[in-house]
Amino acid sequence: MSTAILAQFMAELLSGRIRLVDLTQTLTPEFPTIVLPPELGQAWPFRIEEISRYDERGPAWYWNNFSCSEHTGTHFDAPVHWVTGKDQPNNAVDSIPVDNFIAAACVIDVSAEAAKNPDFLLTIDFVEKWEEKHGRIPERSWVLLRTDWSKRSGAKEYLNMAEDGAHSPGPDAEVVPWLIRERHVHGFGTESIGTDAGQAHHLNPPYPCHYFMHGNNRYGLQCLTNLDQLPPQGALILAAPLKIRNGSGSPLRVLALTPHI
Amino acid sequence: MRSRQSYDGVAAAVPFTVPYARYSTHAAHWWLGRALAALIRESGIAKADIDGVCVSSFTLGPDTAVGLMQHLGMSPRWLDHIPMGGASGVVALRRAARAVQAGDAEVIACIAGDTNHVDSFRHTVSQFSRFAQDAVYPYGAGGPNASFALLTDHYMRQYGATREDFGKLCVAQRDNALRNPHALMKKPLTLAQYLDARPITDPIHLFDCVMPCAGAEGFLVMTEERARALKLPRVRIRSTIERHNAYPDDPIQFRGGWAMDRDALYEHAGLSPADVDFVETYDDYPVINMLQFEDLGFCAKGEAPAFVREHDFTIDGSFPFNTSGGQLSVGQAGAAGGYLGLVQALRQLTNVAGAMQVADARIGLVSGFGMINYDRGLCSGAALLERGTA
Amino acid sequence: MTDATPKPKRKNPVARTRLPTLPPASRSRAALGLARAAAEGRFEMQACADCGAVQYPPREVCGSCLSERLDWREVANGGALIATTTLRHSNDPYFRERLPWRVGTVKMDAGPSVVAHVHEDCHEAGRVRLALKLDRSGQAVLHALPAEDTPNMNDSPQLRETHCDPKHRRVLVTDGRSTLGRAMVKALLDAGASTVFIGDPATWKADAGFDAFVASDPRIEPVALDVTDTDSVDRLAASIGAKVEILINTADHLRDGGVMNARDVGLARDAFDVNVLGLMRLAQAFGPTMCFRAADGTHGAVAWVNLLSIHALAALPARGAWSASKAAALSAALTLRAEFGGAGIRVMNVFPGPIDDEWEQLTPPPKLAPSAVAAAVVRGLRDGVEDLYVGDVAEELRARLRDNQKAVERELGG
Repeated sequence: MSTAILAQFMAELLSGRIRLVDLTQTLTPEFPTIVLPPELGQAWPFRIEEISRYDERGPAWYWNNFSCSEHTGTHFDAPVHWVTGKDQPNNAVDSIPVDNFIAAACVIDVSAEAAKNPDFLLTIDFVEKWEEKHGRIPERSWVLLRTDWSKRSGAKEYLNMAEDGAHSPGPDAEVVPWLIRERHVHGFGTESIGTDAGQAHHLNPPYPCHYFMHGNNRYGLQCLTNLDQLPPQGALILAAPLKIRNGSGSPLRVLALTPHI
Repeated sequence: MRSRQSYDGVAAAVPFTVPYARYSTHAAHWWLGRALAALIRESGIAKADIDGVCVSSFTLGPDTAVGLMQHLGMSPRWLDHIPMGGASGVVALRRAARAVQAGDAEVIACIAGDTNHVDSFRHTVSQFSRFAQDAVYPYGAGGPNASFALLTDHYMRQYGATREDFGKLCVAQRDNALRNPHALMKKPLTLAQYLDARPITDPIHLFDCVMPCAGAEGFLVMTEERARALKLPRVRIRSTIERHNAYPDDPIQFRGGWAMDRDALYEHAGLSPADVDFVETYDDYPVINMLQFEDLGFCAKGEAPAFVREHDFTIDGSFPFNTSGGQLSVGQAGAAGGYLGLVQALRQLTNVAGAMQVADARIGLVSGFGMINYDRGLCSGAALLERGTA
Repeated sequence: MTDATPKPKRKNPVARTRLPTLPPASRSRAALGLARAAAEGRFEMQACADCGAVQYPPREVCGSCLSERLDWREVANGGALIATTTLRHSNDPYFRERLPWRVGTVKMDAGPSVVAHVHEDCHEAGRVRLALKLDRSGQAVLHALPAEDTPNMNDSPQLRETHCDPKHRRVLVTDGRSTLGRAMVKALLDAGASTVFIGDPATWKADAGFDAFVASDPRIEPVALDVTDTDSVDRLAASIGAKVEILINTADHLRDGGVMNARDVGLARDAFDVNVLGLMRLAQAFGPTMCFRAADGTHGAVAWVNLLSIHALAALPARGAWSASKAAALSAALTLRAEFGGAGIRVMNVFPGPIDDEWEQLTPPPKLAPSAVAAAVVRGLRDGVEDLYVGDVAEELRARLRDNQKAVERELGG
């Protein structure tokens, strides 16, 4: 039976009735990492050095070494990343059950609001209005916030730093526990550099998305792109982080399966 | 000071020049070997009977005189290597004379020669000495031209010498050279040509400079007895001097070591400048001729320009001088340049100078000057020579 | 009087670029004592500790009393120019390309006569002062200069061969965001640099002051440059590498933390990435082109400046990892100096004491104003030195190191 389903899935995929969308940013050295005060420890940006390129260092082959942090580029946040999630079971990328790497997604489009207000915060009210239009968020769904932030060109626009810090959209402190408690979501994903808003250190608690999601053993995805190619409901997300022992997260390739629109 | 012994009983003979070439593909060994072969041939002495050798060369490296002996198949019982550049001829003569006199050797071949490859001059100049390497060569790498330009500039400023004065000497030497079949310079030189020549290193112009070339010179030193037995025309040594690093406190060179030893030179010979029939100086630049006129007593310090204006320096002139044409017209074959004047003097005093012969030459003065180690020439030497009786 | 060097003309793009040649570089071991003095702009010769005679050329034993006690000391640099000549011919390719060339004999007040390069403004038979300069081979040479400064003196073709004046040159300041970097840019513009490329390692950072600074002078060209990113360094070199005539590496990563007294090697790795690997990335990307352009026209590539620290020589345990990175950078810089030697590009290492910026908040005075460091660097380039100790703290620490390195270890550790 399951063989037949997979065969049918493959046929749908090959026929184009199911489409694969790449939600991943390309890893480049200039892609920004989160900015913290300079005296704190910093996440490494992506760095790449050639090992050889059909030359005296290796005549027939081309390859590179690269380095980056667990939270560089399009990446996955495991619950252990936040202090609230440190005692959760199976809370690191190597111990998370692999079935959790595939889940449905609801895409909430706030791009118009974010264009007007970079500090836009997603509220319960906004989600409820979205559900009126697109249906209730199913259990065990990713909630992905479409802000079109990934379309911003260059690190400066993307980070949108001012003297008082970054300005980018995210959820407010009420909607996150509500999504967990009332909708049993799988995790929260964004196009910007963190799952929280740029100014989220001023919310209560600070960084509510990290605080509540990881405190409830849920996951985060950030630096996503191409969310505008997904339907509000109905897409399936494949997001499997690298298997790093006790890793707090990892860069990864995030793929969405969507019915062809 | 103890009085010096005479050179009685010693003879110099068989002056020989291996004709010069602007550039040579041969090594110095070839040139020195040609000179030695000629001395053997011209003297009729067997190779094995040459029991002393004295060598000077800049381009023999990495060999020294010792290596050269193996190369030439010689087994001398007396060997010297004299790295004194322009003073080498006079110094070789006096070393060899004393060795023969003392019985340390019977017949000594004195040879000097160098090759000249296209780039060897630059090589020689850049590695000439430690002081040159440290304190002169990095300053424009002008070589001897630059050092002598400074001395010339100072001398002209101090004593009023003019380019015409230097030119007069150069033109006279060229006249002499036209009678020398070995001279590399074959064309006459006029004063106007001299004055119009391109500047090389002010105030040195083209015709103030010698042309580096390849060549070799040689002569033999032996007892008078031996020379007589071989029927070789010979020359007596009346007196010699040498001096090194004279007057180190002079801020710039305006006199050479001759000035320290001139009186001893004439006294030992029992001669005076007036007795001298011709003079062969070391003439790598004309200003050094002027220093030698002064320091060897032909005129007072600073009066050489006037002396030059008063005299005619050609072979037949009032002051026969550098009768081969000197290095300025014959060419400078490295260390052989230090032999040129001596070999020419031996020719004059043995009547083999041919068209260059100075009439009735009996007493000749040969002077050497060598080794601009830093800012000045360090070695000076001179010899008073007399035609030997048959 | 020396003519002011005109702004270089645009290069003929189809003419063969003049390749770098060097003046003769061979020296005896003793003569290298001159290089030690010239490297820091001092005028020193050997003087006999027994009879006092000043020696030149440098010797193994005193030329006067044969004592072996020859000390290098500062000596009076005045003298009389007693002979001069102008070379119109030279045996050396370097000088052949630069003829005519004036040299002369100077009778020094201190005793010796010396052969020296002679500045065009020196009068025949007049008074001169001697200076020890590094030539393009990096070796010390004597220059006779006019007794008093003359207008545009530093523009003489001879002196230009010894220094790295930023006037009319294009300069890259690798981190122009830092307080020091900005002061450096300002000093270079004041010194007549024709273009200053300001490396910006954080283009995302909002700073109206920086933006205004960049806009304040048309000669400023901001460029993205993160020295920890090979790709960024390579891309910039591909874009402006053939224009950089002086590179001033101001990038730094100063943080507190020791060797054992650190939680991890993260800060150390960051410091090494910026201070050591950054230097190497820049060298690999910009160095070869600079070498090629070292004799390109009147204003070819000429100098590479490393902003190090006096703590490259003496570790500051409170900043042990950073000190180690600076020491490693110094070592790399010495190799770079050797590698640049063939092209005659000067590597100038700058050793300042603490600089008054946001990373030295708790350091007590005296601290160096960034502008003072920048001014010293420009002065060092104009003087052509290769080691520059800036400020009282650096000078004092250096003197203490010479006196007793063990004492310095204990004092800095306390």
